[in-house]
Amino acid sequence: MLLGRTANGLYWMNRYIERTENMARLVDAGLRMALTRTQSAQEEWKSVVLSAGTDHGFGAVHEHYTAEAVSDYLLRDKSNPSSAMSSIETARFNARMVRTALTRETWESINEGWMGLKRMLADPIDERELPQVLDEIKRATALIRGSFYGTMLRNEIFDFSQMGTYVERADNTARILDVKYYVLLPSVSWVGSTLDNYQWESILRSVSAHRSYRWVYEADYRPTNIADYLILNGRMPRSLTFCYRFLAEHLRFREEEYGERLPCHDTVEKTLAKLRVGSIKQIFDTGLHEFLTGFIHDNKRLGDEVATDFRFH
Amino acid sequence: MVAFDEMTPESSGLRNSYAAYDHWLKQQNPARLAEKMRDAERVFRKTGITFAVYGEEEAAERLIPFDIVPRIISGAEWRRLTQGIEQRVQALNAFLDDIYHRQEILRAGRIPKHLIANNDAFLPEMIGVRPPAGVYTHIIGTDIVRTGENDFFVLEDNARTPSGVSYMLENRETMMQLFPELFQKISVRPVENYPQLLRQSLAAVRPENLKTAPTIAVLTPGSYNSAYYEHAFLADQMGVELVEGHDLRVVDGHVAMRTTQGYKQIDVLYRRVDDDYLDPLSFRQDSALGIPGIMDVYRAGNITIANAPGTGIADDKAIYSYMPEIIEFYTGRKAILQNIQTWRCSEPDSLKYVLENIKDLVIKEVHGSGGYGMLVGPTSTKKECEDFAKKVAARPSNYIAQPTLSLSTCPILTEAGLAPRHVDLRPYVLVSDRIQIVPGGLTRVALKKGSLVVNSSQGGGTKDTWVLDD
Repeated sequence: MLLGRTANGLYWMNRYIERTENMARLVDAGLRMALTRTQSAQEEWKSVVLSAGTDHGFGAVHEHYTAEAVSDYLLRDKSNPSSAMSSIETARFNARMVRTALTRETWESINEGWMGLKRMLADPIDERELPQVLDEIKRATALIRGSFYGTMLRNEIFDFSQMGTYVERADNTARILDVKYYVLLPSVSWVGSTLDNYQWESILRSVSAHRSYRWVYEADYRPTNIADYLILNGRMPRSLTFCYRFLAEHLRFREEEYGERLPCHDTVEKTLAKLRVGSIKQIFDTGLHEFLTGFIHDNKRLGDEVATDFRFH
Repeated sequence: MVAFDEMTPESSGLRNSYAAYDHWLKQQNPARLAEKMRDAERVFRKTGITFAVYGEEEAAERLIPFDIVPRIISGAEWRRLTQGIEQRVQALNAFLDDIYHRQEILRAGRIPKHLIANNDAFLPEMIGVRPPAGVYTHIIGTDIVRTGENDFFVLEDNARTPSGVSYMLENRETMMQLFPELFQKISVRPVENYPQLLRQSLAAVRPENLKTAPTIAVLTPGSYNSAYYEHAFLADQMGVELVEGHDLRVVDGHVAMRTTQGYKQIDVLYRRVDDDYLDPLSFRQDSALGIPGIMDVYRAGNITIANAPGTGIADDKAIYSYMPEIIEFYTGRKAILQNIQTWRCSEPDSLKYVLENIKDLVIKEVHGSGGYGMLVGPTSTKKECEDFAKKVAARPSNYIAQPTLSLSTCPILTEAGLAPRHVDLRPYVLVSDRIQIVPGGLTRVALKKGSLVVNSSQGGGTKDTWVLDD
């Protein structure tokens, strides 16, 4: 027995924990890009803001896409509801609301993570400290995830939490790809210039996959492989397929236990079916951008249906 | 006037109940104790045991300061206290039943009728309603103060939604973590089973026509409420749902909560919201917190609300002054625990006395709580007293006055070592088909030297309260 409001709180708590970490990862990728390619730094920082889905809000506060402005906006600006600080705060607010559903370890890791980030992000970040700040954010969210996986019972509470994590993560990966889809298109980058190499590495870095890529594929970056890795590879923990396999699984647990099949069950399977293509080539043939836009739309729809079907409100 | 110190009174030296603790304390290194004090704060901060103070936005979540020196009560003292509290709680429930039915006590002329009729805490909706097992106030926190070896007084009967019990439990938990060796040396009666007792107690007063095990829930105004931590804590410890008003609605004559699988019936609601916010159809229509129609379900006997709506009439400060009469009327015996002398400003002679002696008195609003809207004459400036006197003169019936009691003290640990501070005590009482009092309670302590205000909202702290198993 789980209150709809509690399921909602768990779902959003986990979306925001995931988002906190994603913000750190995006800034990290931007930082690396800007360090290696100083001429086009503005462009790179802009794509970071776009990937974070916060371009509109950013424009209202800042004029130029500089390292300082972007990292401030994405990490500590409270007027940005998706900044790492806002996200961890929203995550904690939700955790506090659903506290009775969490283990003491999980609650404390969130509460301590929030206290730590609040302290660390109280004042503007000194550029020299940025790498350390990013590490600290990633460590805080890793600790939360560790406590959560290590102590939570695998029941409906766990399922709704995981749904939040994977819907957010899938959205994030799809957006990162969509912002840079053009550098993956064969027509433009078949040759693989140095510039493209940087761009490709940046994509992988923003999902923390620049090293593991080489374990799976050959050493060279190839756009089709990168797209394959982030979309179709079922072992890559931030790929769309990985996220959707788990989403489908957690939803199936609900279907079996509650004994009720709901619209979200059909949606998750339809989306998963679209990911079950023979090769990445098929996706390129029908259009990578169109595929990603469609995916982002389907993913949002799944989130909405989960909220309705399980009476979140 | 020298206050009675519960550890080492001036007259007699170290009291027996503190002997074992004192022996242990003398062997401790002061630096280690100071370190333990900091540990305690870390524990509280980490677990998020905070409370919100209204009107202090920047300090939205604050810790209640915790002192590591326990307040110790002997077994014999406790037995006397519990007898007095039981008697009082019985009288309170009998009074509520009477007030909402035949009103014998009014007919007998023991309390003036206008005190009930013109009182906002009296709910006409409750007339003729008899809750399961005849219990109106299920959870009570009786505030007790002490002035001497044998002088205990009841300061307030919190019969609506007393809070603070989570601090009693967390304080003990923290003390056991910090000083495990102490609990091996000294036999302290346990308080840890309070949540189980509360759950059993709530289950025992389930609707009479319910044949199955009851579904119990705790109703909170939400996470912005100052006592939210406690609401979540109790629900968690009891293993019941923590619900908000918008989780609930009336379905087929029952109150039900919205779950991921649809609406599920609730049988017993431990509500931590005020009467006003219970049912917008019956009470405050502008309230978004309540459950429309819950009063109809209640009157039909399909849900137990603890504490019952309308119990506030029993702990109103104007009614308080009649408690000796109330106890005698319903139990046929004199009150075991004394009341504090109270002047009702609504009475002309009393008002005159109060206005003339305001600098020696404590003045309280009849409906106030939490240390707000009160004046402590002796520690206030002349101007503060004069300003308050004007308020009292303008609305006399809104105020009562009491003598400034010399509350007992207990030592707290300060940077300069042990120092006495004034304390009070709130034991928690559970009423169902029986009355149970957990051996212990919440000791609140005024941390400022000489201060008599122990409320957490006014800078008070807490201590673990030990009842010795002797």
